[in-house]
Amino acid sequence: MFTEEHKIFRQGLRDFLDREVMPNIDQWEEEQRMPKDLWPKFGEMGYFGLNYPEKYGGIDADFMYSVIFMEEISKCESGGFMILPAVQQYMSSPYIYKHGSEFLKEKYLTKVISGEWIACIGISEPGAGSDVANIQTKAIKDGDHYVVNGSKTFITNGVYGDFVVAVVKTDPAMGAAGVSLLIIDLNSEGVTRNKLKKLGWHASDTAELHFDNVKVPAENLIGDEGQGFYYLMGGLQLERLTGSIAGYASCEWAIKYTLQYMSERHAFGRSINKFQVLRHRMAQLISEVEASKQFVYHCCRMHNAGEYIVKECSMAKLLTSELAEKVMTQCLQSFGGYGFMEEYKMARAYRDCRVGTIGGGSSEIMREIIAKMVIDDTSYQRAGSVPSSPKSEPVEAPKTETTTNTNDKKSVMSFEAIESAIKGKAAAAKPLGNTLKFNFGEQNVMLNGLGDANVVTTNDATEAQCTVDVAMEDLTSMLKGDLNPMNAFMSGKIKVKGDMSVAMKLGSIMG
Amino acid sequence: MNYFTEEHNQFRNSLRDFLQKEVVPFVDEWEKVGNPPRSIWKKFGDMGYFGLRFSEKHGGLNLDFFYDVILLEELSKINSAGTSAAIGAHTYLSLSHLNNAGSEEQKEKYLKAGIAGDLFGSLAISEPFGGSDVASMRTTAVTDGSEWVINGSKTFITNGVLSDYLIISAKTEPELKQAGISLFVIDRDTAGLSATKLDKLGWRASDTAEMAFTDMRVPANALLGQENQGFYYIMQQFALERLVMAIGGVAGSEYALQYGLNYMREREAFGRPLTKFQELRHRVAQLAAEIEQQKQFVYYLCDRFTKGEYIVKEAAMAKLLATQLCDKTTFEVVQFLGGYGYMEDYQASRMWRDSRLGQIGGGTSEIMKEIIAKMAIDEIKYD
Ligand SMILES: Cc1cc2nc3c(=O)[nH]c(=O)nc-3n(C[C@H](O)[C@H](O)[C@H](O)COP(=O)(O)OP(=O)(O)OC[C@H]3O[C@@H](n4cnc5c(N)ncnc54)[C@H](O)[C@@H]3O)c2cc1C
Ligand SMILES: Cc1cc2nc3c(=O)[nH]c(=O)nc-3n(C[C@H](O)[C@H](O)[C@H](O)COP(=O)(O)OP(=O)(O)OC[C@H]3O[C@@H](n4cnc5c(N)ncnc54)[C@H](O)[C@@H]3O)c2cc1C
Repeated sequence: MFTEEHKIFRQGLRDFLDREVMPNIDQWEEEQRMPKDLWPKFGEMGYFGLNYPEKYGGIDADFMYSVIFMEEISKCESGGFMILPAVQQYMSSPYIYKHGSEFLKEKYLTKVISGEWIACIGISEPGAGSDVANIQTKAIKDGDHYVVNGSKTFITNGVYGDFVVAVVKTDPAMGAAGVSLLIIDLNSEGVTRNKLKKLGWHASDTAELHFDNVKVPAENLIGDEGQGFYYLMGGLQLERLTGSIAGYASCEWAIKYTLQYMSERHAFGRSINKFQVLRHRMAQLISEVEASKQFVYHCCRMHNAGEYIVKECSMAKLLTSELAEKVMTQCLQSFGGYGFMEEYKMARAYRDCRVGTIGGGSSEIMREIIAKMVIDDTSYQRAGSVPSSPKSEPVEAPKTETTTNTNDKKSVMSFEAIESAIKGKAAAAKPLGNTLKFNFGEQNVMLNGLGDANVVTTNDATEAQCTVDVAMEDLTSMLKGDLNPMNAFMSGKIKVKGDMSVAMKLGSIMG
Repeated sequence: MNYFTEEHNQFRNSLRDFLQKEVVPFVDEWEKVGNPPRSIWKKFGDMGYFGLRFSEKHGGLNLDFFYDVILLEELSKINSAGTSAAIGAHTYLSLSHLNNAGSEEQKEKYLKAGIAGDLFGSLAISEPFGGSDVASMRTTAVTDGSEWVINGSKTFITNGVLSDYLIISAKTEPELKQAGISLFVIDRDTAGLSATKLDKLGWRASDTAEMAFTDMRVPANALLGQENQGFYYIMQQFALERLVMAIGGVAGSEYALQYGLNYMREREAFGRPLTKFQELRHRVAQLAAEIEQQKQFVYYLCDRFTKGEYIVKEAAMAKLLATQLCDKTTFEVVQFLGGYGYMEDYQASRMWRDSRLGQIGGGTSEIMKEIIAKMAIDEIKYD
């Protein structure tokens, strides 16, 4: 998994952290902020651009360097310290890199990588956390700029940071389909920031942000309008994966720290590491952490290979954050009263880990996602919607096919109606650049967007780069705008095979 | 990381067909009778399933360990852990020891026949007064001319009533404690050997025996490997045995959850299928996540095992976690089925009671934690 180069990188990073970070952690926790001049040092070392191209100042390394980076910053005895670089590199700036214009990359990404600017990700709002589609912050276009109104809360790096990748509604009338990502400079007129007091993560600044008629240049839009929700769904996987690394790595730190203490502390005439219940408790934790780490490594390898792993990332985030809770609680117990004192670092580790099961999608939301994929996806397959051998000849749509759900109040379009609706949408949309097939069991509609225009055919036998299995009923809802393609995917109503990135463009066709 | 090639997948498919035809329709009967019939050994032998990892010289197939992983996974999905245990004890316990320490003569006689399914065996280590504490076993073997005379008893021995031969442990030099233990291969018809079948909570399709050795005389060449090396041989097999249990634990969990889910889709309450209740959904999600994690951990260790790496600590971790997970999953699946979960008409009740053995056999959970604690806290190395 790790090569010699990786190991050298880890050593260099560790030395750097021991020199620049460790001696100051207690002070930063006390002052509840970190000095701004620290971050350009990270930038100089290349630590903020591990997976970004050299063109923007990055070092274009493989993802395993990021694994090492996350592991080591998670072993600095402060979750508050860890989260700033994590947000900077894995939770905010990837949206600019993946979907932003060249202009935005030049202006913002280069400054993120150099450490001159600190970035935030602004999703959560006072009225909507888990329920992201329900955010209320509006960005209304007015000539060459947007006017932003609304507020964000719990924003990491928001108090002292420089800009926020904000999730806004450019089309408030729409649900998820009206969501866009917009870069807002935090020094702009009309932005106010409140620093929030919190249970843990003391070295990190967490803000409530208010936007009062903030003027943002139109070129600060990341990607296309209305695509924000999809960008987010992709980006959150990286956020959860890196969060998982922080989860098991902080556990490894805690176990080492605790074993050290147990070997030094004496009770009843022996060191406490001789007591069997304490030993067995540690053995259980050590085993769970090892299993968890190997699972995250497995996910990291899949991620590094370019796979889109929603289920695995959600599982890893769920399990590592819950494990950290257990590990910190039980390790603290081994410290007795000293565990409750700030003199030892267990107290901090204990309170810092508490955010793990809440931030970045709560444990309940992770279970929602997993349940949808594990339970509903399979049940959809079971319903016989998996395509059988496609026919090359166009066939008449059998009436019974389209009206299977007779007692369903929703009307279902006929195959021909669906075909013509897709033709209409495809003609209006930009060429897809890929081939995409909608499969309804026996029949299919194929969309070829490789040329200048999207060409629609039916019951095509050729393989598409991406195949979407869907019931006619659900596609009807999508075509009518009643069902959001991403929600349909998340709920297992559509099943995607092949190139996932093509399916991500569904929104632009359906929109 | 994908550990399975196209050949592995084909093997899995044909194994599945075999099990569906030769095993699954009969397991209910075997659970009642208390053991699979003699004829099944030959069928497994003919298919080569007992010799996947053994050399061709003795009739094996010389395949990588992931073929065994597949065998163990599929055996966990026939819903009769007793049947799997009977098969597992033969190949992973008795044949492994023969292959590891047996003389060429012993291999010809027992390993070859064992792989072919003509003979089947068991491994008898545990005693009434020495289970977890293997070193305190009391069975002794003393030389008398060219023969060994063995006295003592064993208990909880899988295939202990019906097997054709047994690998047993006995103290050849009791004052040396564990360093005085040796292994022997004993034929079933040896005079002085008696075995009684034990009644038990689960694993009902396997016969578990208590046995007594009364002035049992065996020839000098019944000694397996070197004298006084028995404990060492037993330790050499630990990583394999624990991986076997871990693979079974994960696959058993996976099968149980799938079974539970299928039921939940069909069953309605308050006008909707059980799969629509959020509380149940989240418990399924939690289990699915834990199973996926554990599975990847076990695969990763199997891969290292295949490469000949030292994984004593990790194998103990995997055995500990996977058998705990299987208890948790099967307990939950009984709950998902409600009253039907408690009935023998459905498979859940058997899964649950069969799972219970996982944390006891092959080294208890407490013993796994002892090993892990010694290695991780005291930094002791075993090799
Ligand atoms: C220290 C800290 C830093 C943070 N940093 C950032 C940041 O940088 N950027 C950012 O955008 N956000 C950030 N967050 C916000 C975080 O992502 C949210 O707190 C989180 O998504 C939960 O949203 P919420 O707080 O509104 O809780 P709610 O959504 O109100 O949830 C409350 C409870 O209800 C449960 N719940 C909600 N929906 C369901 C459901 N369908 N089924 C079952 N249970 C449900 C939740 O799991 C939770 O237990 C941060 C939070 C903290 C604490
Ligand atoms: C169905 C079945 C099939 C089996 N098949 C075989 C077989 O084929 N061959 C074979 O040789 N054996 C077999 N066994 C035996 C099995 O390996 C033993 O039962 C097991 O090793 C535990 O030993 P014991 O039963 O003597 O329990 P004990 O050693 O008496 O343990 C009782 C309890 O004390 C705990 N304990 C023991 N020592 C410690 C310690 N140091 N610290 C903390 N807790 C401790 C144990 O974990 C357990 O909870 C089988 C058992 C069963 C139930």
